[in-house]
Amino acid sequence: MYDMKALYEASSVEEAVALRVAHPEAQIIAGGSDVLVQMREGRRAGKELISIYGIDALRGVSLDAEEALRIGSLTSFSHITRDPLIQKYCNVLGEAVDQVGSPQIRNIGTIGGNTCNGVTSADSASTLHAYEAIVELTGQNGVRRLPIKDFYIKAGQVDIKPDEIQTAILIPKASWENTFGHYIKYGLRNAMEIATLGCSVNVRLSADKRTIERCRIAYGVAGPVPMRCPSAEAAANGAAPSKALAERFARAVIDDINPRDSWRASKAFRQHIAVEMAKRALTRAVELAGGEMA
Amino acid sequence: MSAQYKLVHCTINGKEVEKMVDVRASLTDMLRNDYHLTSVKKGCEVGECGACNVLINGEAFNSCIYLAVWAEGKDIRTLEGLLSPDGELSDIQKAFVEETAIQCGFCTPGFIMTAVEILETGKLYTDEELRKLLSGHLCRCTGYENIFRAVKKTMYRRHGKAIDF
Repeated sequence: MYDMKALYEASSVEEAVALRVAHPEAQIIAGGSDVLVQMREGRRAGKELISIYGIDALRGVSLDAEEALRIGSLTSFSHITRDPLIQKYCNVLGEAVDQVGSPQIRNIGTIGGNTCNGVTSADSASTLHAYEAIVELTGQNGVRRLPIKDFYIKAGQVDIKPDEIQTAILIPKASWENTFGHYIKYGLRNAMEIATLGCSVNVRLSADKRTIERCRIAYGVAGPVPMRCPSAEAAANGAAPSKALAERFARAVIDDINPRDSWRASKAFRQHIAVEMAKRALTRAVELAGGEMA
Repeated sequence: MSAQYKLVHCTINGKEVEKMVDVRASLTDMLRNDYHLTSVKKGCEVGECGACNVLINGEAFNSCIYLAVWAEGKDIRTLEGLLSPDGELSDIQKAFVEETAIQCGFCTPGFIMTAVEILETGKLYTDEELRKLLSGHLCRCTGYENIFRAVKKTMYRRHGKAIDF
């Protein structure tokens, strides 16, 4: 038995919003792989829960009218990885969330929960930042959309109003079109592990594959919230893909990131692997885009 | 607050059932206490060890971190459901016996239900893929090699292929 004060179940977004208003102290639970564990550990013991897990309308991936990839917030990691639209347009996201926890965790864990947690180590977060994803929230006054970088306020805190639930994550066409990405997770083991550092890079090459038209890179665990690296991106944008560029690009991330010392790894170690991961992820992304690192 | 109950009906091992369930219960609690399906083990109870793993609509879930009320309308399968009516073990269970993939047996039901999910995809996985697919379970006695062999052997048998360990 969980030490739970009360459980309110929503079967639609409207019901969830009404429950949020009626029970301001209650915690939202999606798949529960974090909330229930925290409840078991005592951190959330005795709390009321609003379960949104039964809202099937929030499951699935589609292309919306603007051809943005629309991922329902309750879509599980395993369903994202297997989804044909994700595989076609943003395969790196499917690969990234395939590194969360274990197979069973990937069947219950949702992308909405992964982002609403506000943790920097979330395996989806760096790729969503690198694709400038849009977070959709629904509340009493309708739908609100904001860039994912603004959604993350600080460690463990995201911009979700007391009457809102997150209903979708969108990846704009401008982000996925002709773009190829690669994610690297550094952990001490391959399963049931929280990232020591996560790095997601994507590139768009020119038609002749000789120029990087656009490069984006984002990290998880390189700071209190997931972050982009403007200096590194500036070094790569418009440049010809080469090993020398990969070195320059990777060195530049040091100016952008701000990792901390923790029991998992020291700041110095995170900085060290950040450089190597940037280099490898850029190299792989360029290869996936059909280019060569001369 | 007084105890809160909800009627939960679902299919368990092919049989439609319903019971009043305490909303605070995990699916592990419900399957063990209300349906006496004791193959569903209480291990870590925080979704790390996989001992409580069951199939819900064909996918593997750690039932310890799954609310019992979420079982409403779902098709749930536990190890007990693998036994044929005459008591014969299924191919994957036999393979666990043959490969000595069991010592204390605590992790076994969970491992086997994940193996069922893997086998039902009908795919022939590489060793690397298979290891990743089995990575949600902890075994503290036999080690993983025999378990891996039992699953691989069954996968190959179902494909009518010779095993090459």
